Amino acid sequence: MFNAVIAAAAETETRNPLLPELYDIIWSGLIFVVILFFFWKLVLPRMQKLLDERAEAIEGNIAKADDAQRKAEAALEQYTAQLADARAEAGKIREVARADGQKIVAEHREQAVAEAARVTASAKVQIEAERQAAVVSLRSEVGTLAIDLASGVIGESLTDDAKASAIVDRFLADLEASEKAAK
Amino acid sequence: MLPSATGDGEFHGPSINEFFPEAVLFAGSPFEINRIMLIRFLAVAVLLLVFWLGTRRMTVIPTRFQSIVELGLNFARVNIAEDILGKKDGKRFLPLITTIFFMVLFMNITGPLPFLNIAGTSVIGVPLVLAVIAYVAFIYAGVKKNPGNFFRNALFPPGVPPFLYIIVTPIEFISTFLVRPVTLTLRLLMNMIVGHLLLVLFFSATQFFFFTADGGFKLFGAGTLVFGFAFTLFEVLIALLQAYIFALLTAVYIQLALAEEH
Repeated sequence: MFNAVIAAAAETETRNPLLPELYDIIWSGLIFVVILFFFWKLVLPRMQKLLDERAEAIEGNIAKADDAQRKAEAALEQYTAQLADARAEAGKIREVARADGQKIVAEHREQAVAEAARVTASAKVQIEAERQAAVVSLRSEVGTLAIDLASGVIGESLTDDAKASAIVDRFLADLEASEKAAK
Repeated sequence: MLPSATGDGEFHGPSINEFFPEAVLFAGSPFEINRIMLIRFLAVAVLLLVFWLGTRRMTVIPTRFQSIVELGLNFARVNIAEDILGKKDGKRFLPLITTIFFMVLFMNITGPLPFLNIAGTSVIGVPLVLAVIAYVAFIYAGVKKNPGNFFRNALFPPGVPPFLYIIVTPIEFISTFLVRPVTLTLRLLMNMIVGHLLLVLFFSATQFFFFTADGGFKLFGAGTLVFGFAFTLFEVLIALLQAYIFALLTAVYIQLALAEEH
């Protein structure tokens, strides 16, 4: 098989395939330069950029997850703190309310006591006034009655008012004196 | 490019002159363009188009096409540059290694492709230019890092008894500074030349057996056709493999030049 190749090659006037033609070298060199710059300046930077992006995407996702977790933890902490604040606030409000309530109750009680005292005092004054009025009216009525009675008994009109009222007054004074003595 | 039996009953095998087709443009000038140059241009155009489109709007979650382009670029980056050179130096030499890998790959793959049928790397220009560039690259890498260390490691390998340097140093010199670019060039060039000649041989033989040969010989045509098919697939593998080897060896040479000690 190989002999046939060689024989076939030897038949015709042959050129040495190891001797390069100038155009062959020139085109090969040009092509190499074109491809080298193409890969060097265009393709490989694009590829590198992609690889970087991909690595970044993976690292970015991990970082993002970490960040999210940190944020969640911070939020939880904040909520817990807010909750504690709210509880403290509520307690404080309750305390204030209780104190206010007690104060109000005390005030009302004082007021009520004062009112009661006032009512009692005025009642006492009134009773005293009424008693005085009753005493005065009773004295005059009892005098009249007694004189009428005495008039009837004596059969004589004690018309002399001055005399009559003097008698009554004496009588009553005696009465009061006896009452006091009885006490 | 399939030379076929011309109907006169004779078998025409493939010839080495197929690698020097007639000029299409600028004949005789340093910018002569022939069919193989056109195939190279086509391969480069496709390469530029694929990678331009594939990296135009790259998204973190890739589309199907972007995945394929990424797969290719990652192969050069991870499996060649970073595996051999490590992250830092791998990044430094990544443009060079990526360029070598894909340039060789796209030019190799035109070999088994129908209607193109010849590899852009099957003419010495590309393998030679790339080998020279790899050669310059590893010497540059070594000299820039530490010239003394580089040449001492290359010419006076540590651990060898001093008197043996009389033998070892010339051998090391030849193998490092002379043989490396030559083997890089020839390995790729010969693989592509022979691959093309084999395919041409199989398919032209098939043509000959089917349409020119008499009677029982027609049966041979079936055999050569099957072989031609199998070798076409094999050539696809070779195209990938040679691109990988070329880029890998470039990386290895650079790594050896950068190494503190062997």
